[in-house]
Amino acid sequence: MISEPVLSLVNAILFVLLAPLAGGLIAGIDRKVTARMQGRVGPPILQPFYDVGKLFEKENMVVTVTQHFYVLSYLVFMVVAGALFFSGGDMLLVIFAFTLSHIFLVLGAYSSYSPYSHIGAERELIQIIAYEPMIIFTAVGMYMVTQSFNVSAIVNSGIPIILYLPGVFIGYLMVLTIKLRKSPFDLSTSHHAHQEIVKGVTTDFSGSNLGKIEIAHWYEYVFLLGVVYLFFGFNPVIAVAAIIVAYFLEILIDNTISRVKWQLTLRSAWLIAGTLGIVNLGVLYYLKGVIMP
Amino acid sequence: MTYLKKSPWVIHYDASSCNGCDIEVLAALTPVYDVERFGIINTGNPKHADIFLVTGSVNEQNREVVKNIYEQIPEPKVVVAIGICAASGGIFRECYNVLGGIDKVIPVDVFVPGCAARPESIIDGVVTALGILETKRLAMKEKGNETMEKPGSAV
Amino acid sequence: MNDLLFLIGFPVIIAILMLLVKDKVRNYIVIISAFALGIASLYLLVTYFSKNTVFFDIPFEPASKIMVIIEILLAVYILYLGIKFKKYFTVALILLQAGLLLFLEMGLISDINPVKNLFIDQLSIIMALIVGIIGSLICVYSLGYMETYHARHSEIKDRRKLFFFIFFVFLSAMFGIVFSNNLLWVLFFWEITTICSFVLIGYSGTPEATNNAFLALSMNLLGGVAFIAALIYIAMLDPSGKLFGLDTLIGSGYAIAIVPAVLICFAGITKAALMPFSSWLVGAMVAPTPVSALLHSSTMVKAGVYIIVRFAPVLALTTEGFIIAMVGAVTFLLASGIAISQSNAKKVLAYSTIANLGLIVACAGVGTYNLMWVAILLIIFHAIAKSLLFLCVGTVENRTGSKNIEDMGGLIVRMPKIAMMMFIGMAGMFLAPFGMVISKWAAIEAFITAPFGLIFIAILAFGGSFTVFYWSKWMGKIISVMRNQEVIEGTVKKEKWAVLYVLTGLVVGVCLAFPLISTYLIEPFIMNIYGVTTRLSQANFAIMIMMICLLLIMPLSMLFYRTGSKHVSPYMGGRTTENEMRFSGTFGTMRELSLSNYYMEKYFGEDKVFYIGTLLCWGLLLIAGILLAGVIL
Repeated sequence: MISEPVLSLVNAILFVLLAPLAGGLIAGIDRKVTARMQGRVGPPILQPFYDVGKLFEKENMVVTVTQHFYVLSYLVFMVVAGALFFSGGDMLLVIFAFTLSHIFLVLGAYSSYSPYSHIGAERELIQIIAYEPMIIFTAVGMYMVTQSFNVSAIVNSGIPIILYLPGVFIGYLMVLTIKLRKSPFDLSTSHHAHQEIVKGVTTDFSGSNLGKIEIAHWYEYVFLLGVVYLFFGFNPVIAVAAIIVAYFLEILIDNTISRVKWQLTLRSAWLIAGTLGIVNLGVLYYLKGVIMP
Repeated sequence: MTYLKKSPWVIHYDASSCNGCDIEVLAALTPVYDVERFGIINTGNPKHADIFLVTGSVNEQNREVVKNIYEQIPEPKVVVAIGICAASGGIFRECYNVLGGIDKVIPVDVFVPGCAARPESIIDGVVTALGILETKRLAMKEKGNETMEKPGSAV
Repeated sequence: MNDLLFLIGFPVIIAILMLLVKDKVRNYIVIISAFALGIASLYLLVTYFSKNTVFFDIPFEPASKIMVIIEILLAVYILYLGIKFKKYFTVALILLQAGLLLFLEMGLISDINPVKNLFIDQLSIIMALIVGIIGSLICVYSLGYMETYHARHSEIKDRRKLFFFIFFVFLSAMFGIVFSNNLLWVLFFWEITTICSFVLIGYSGTPEATNNAFLALSMNLLGGVAFIAALIYIAMLDPSGKLFGLDTLIGSGYAIAIVPAVLICFAGITKAALMPFSSWLVGAMVAPTPVSALLHSSTMVKAGVYIIVRFAPVLALTTEGFIIAMVGAVTFLLASGIAISQSNAKKVLAYSTIANLGLIVACAGVGTYNLMWVAILLIIFHAIAKSLLFLCVGTVENRTGSKNIEDMGGLIVRMPKIAMMMFIGMAGMFLAPFGMVISKWAAIEAFITAPFGLIFIAILAFGGSFTVFYWSKWMGKIISVMRNQEVIEGTVKKEKWAVLYVLTGLVVGVCLAFPLISTYLIEPFIMNIYGVTTRLSQANFAIMIMMICLLLIMPLSMLFYRTGSKHVSPYMGGRTTENEMRFSGTFGTMRELSLSNYYMEKYFGEDKVFYIGTLLCWGLLLIAGILLAGVIL
């Protein structure tokens, strides 16, 4: 039997190496399915890799040199957070590491002092504070069911978490919509060209910086879907199926609902977190106290 | 073989065109022609773009804009002037306010004639531009290898 | 023991000197005494950290008689000022307080003689380090700051002798609070800090400053009255005076200690400016920035939470404790919300302070052992980061003349070093892997096992996201690289630089050193009280260290990218933006672009949210009062 720390390290390394590939494929499948929904043929599935390859072939152009630092930090801490998650670390620390990496993206947008980047950055911050309560409730909910914050314990617990946390799961789907930058919550930037603030957060990045941001998004996809897996971790087959269904749902929502204003994003995200999330946790707390002390 | 050919991102600007050619450009993105299957995305942002699709005959007001957008596109880049107005000024050639073609402001690589240019011609023009883009990219790589030996330029 | 007496007595001597010497000499004396205090605090740490609680037998008399005399004199002084400025509420409060005090001293305890009056334990060491190191640094900083302050504001009378006198008296009083075991002595030093705050807030003498000074005074006096009421209760309960010792009182159990505990915690709430008493702290921002840094973020308000942390074992798992914790939690949530809507940098810092103090009280009020660990950690990290931020804002204010966040755009170009230090300070307040986030993380993990912890976690989650928002948008403002700005940093004085560098180093250093602090100071303290303790797991700690190191080396990547980057202007729809961001607007006029943050006045406007907070917290306090009345009767 391989020892725990070695297994964690191996998982982390596998994540660092394989997640971009998986994430890129997910992105490619996303575009293909979207195109089919829109009655088009759509790009090849490997298109995201071509995109990133092309971006790295472009000239090194910046508005300010600090952009390199912020984008690199964004990517590095995204990788660190994801590696932490997949090596079985503490869920809360993973969440805080993710917040850290997103803040770097926001700072990168602020640093260029351009109107579109600025508004994109403000909206990105609004998105971050919209989903943060809910994602903390997700971690807390998992603790309440499995008595541990560690991802390794949650995965290996064998408990059907989804049965205890249905409200939290729906809340998490909303977080997923915001984080994947799908309509109706694609306020700060999106992969499609329909932005009223040009490209929002990513407006003033080009070439290799943009490529790094894209790769960071791939790492993020893998992590986000990994959390979906946690809900269904008791049965890997069901979990993978759940991931596929959830992602398809996201694409469907993206293509059918138009973007909302930031006020509605904030309010609805907090409302869902406050009601579905807290009520679910409250019920669980009560049940645990009364039925299974 | 570069990745540029497989993922050319486009920025489209209307330099006082009548919108006829613009509509045809956007038509190319619709499901009928669907250029996204070639990896072409219409980004609205020069910093993300490789191909600059310009229409219209350019006047004093948007001359600086065309130049500014062109400068903000990172190398390697190509310019495709769409429509006869963009090539030579078209039927507005003799007007007092019109400069008469994009190449009066920025270097153009491909001219796509037509009034309005048909989507097929536009796609054809873009494909030609891709070839030129490839050449430029390879030239850039060569130059990059040379300048590796010299110390870098100032910040 | 000598060390303690030195720390309490030496600042008093220096204070008296401050009243006598001239500018140049004063600079030297302040720097030397700051050094002395810092070294003495460190010496205290080294001598006592391995011992547990140590009591010192200092004679009760004549120190107490002197204290009573000073208290009466101060009461007369405030009475005079209150009447002069027509602040009748203050007059009423001071008369009430003086009356109760005299009743206590003359009537109830005229012949007691408790012995173990001073003590030191790990929490005292931590607080002493904060006061001794950060307090001294701020003193040194204020030398340069006050000079520029008076140069800029020639209409304000130059009372720097008084200023530095009060500063050192205050430091002495703070040491007194954390070293006193006898509650009567704690009260004395407590009131001294109130007076110091009053004088310093009103330093500039403008009507606004005077009003805010009296507001602060009234609220703190209200707390003082509660404190004395607690002491009267104790005296009536046990006329022999045994219960005046903190150790005996806390050790005597719920039935005896709960009433004085709640009353003293009420005093702590007013001093820590939790809702509904937060307006005095916000108003106190009119004082010169070193005052805000020293009194109203790192030390005096920390005395308020310190006393609540002391009484946490009594409050643990009780309804009263829960109510106090809720007051703290509600304050945290609402104050963080208000901070979003503020554009005055000092007000943002004030509300952030109030919010964090609320969080500390929330942890202390629930009082389980792991929450106490979090509370103490929060005290340490907050004191350091907040004082750094206040001092940086003070420097920016002195150079640019503005406290408005909207005027701090492009600070990284105009004042690069200050901007970077502000960046680190802000990162220390809300970014992983710095201290405050570690505390938040530990707080969530601790609340989950506490009764009704879910409410606190919900508040922490939402309040935490507000925190992220207002810090990030301020950070974004200062790091935006605006073109064509001149560097105005060069004129900042040397001492200020030294202080700022040291504080910045501390922010990072304490983060790296915190397992040591936890093992040698915090855990033994918790162990003594609860018999069980907690810590961050080794693995998590290693990850944290790795993240800090990564964060520190990342900026070096910029050197790597310096050459070979082509610079272009930002995108503004194709308009040329070479030097200024200008575009032609209507009627052919050229308009310049201005970018400002979102302040969300509609959701987080100060008046509306403060009103809600006041209602909620008064409601909670009333319930606590009713419960107390039930216990007394």
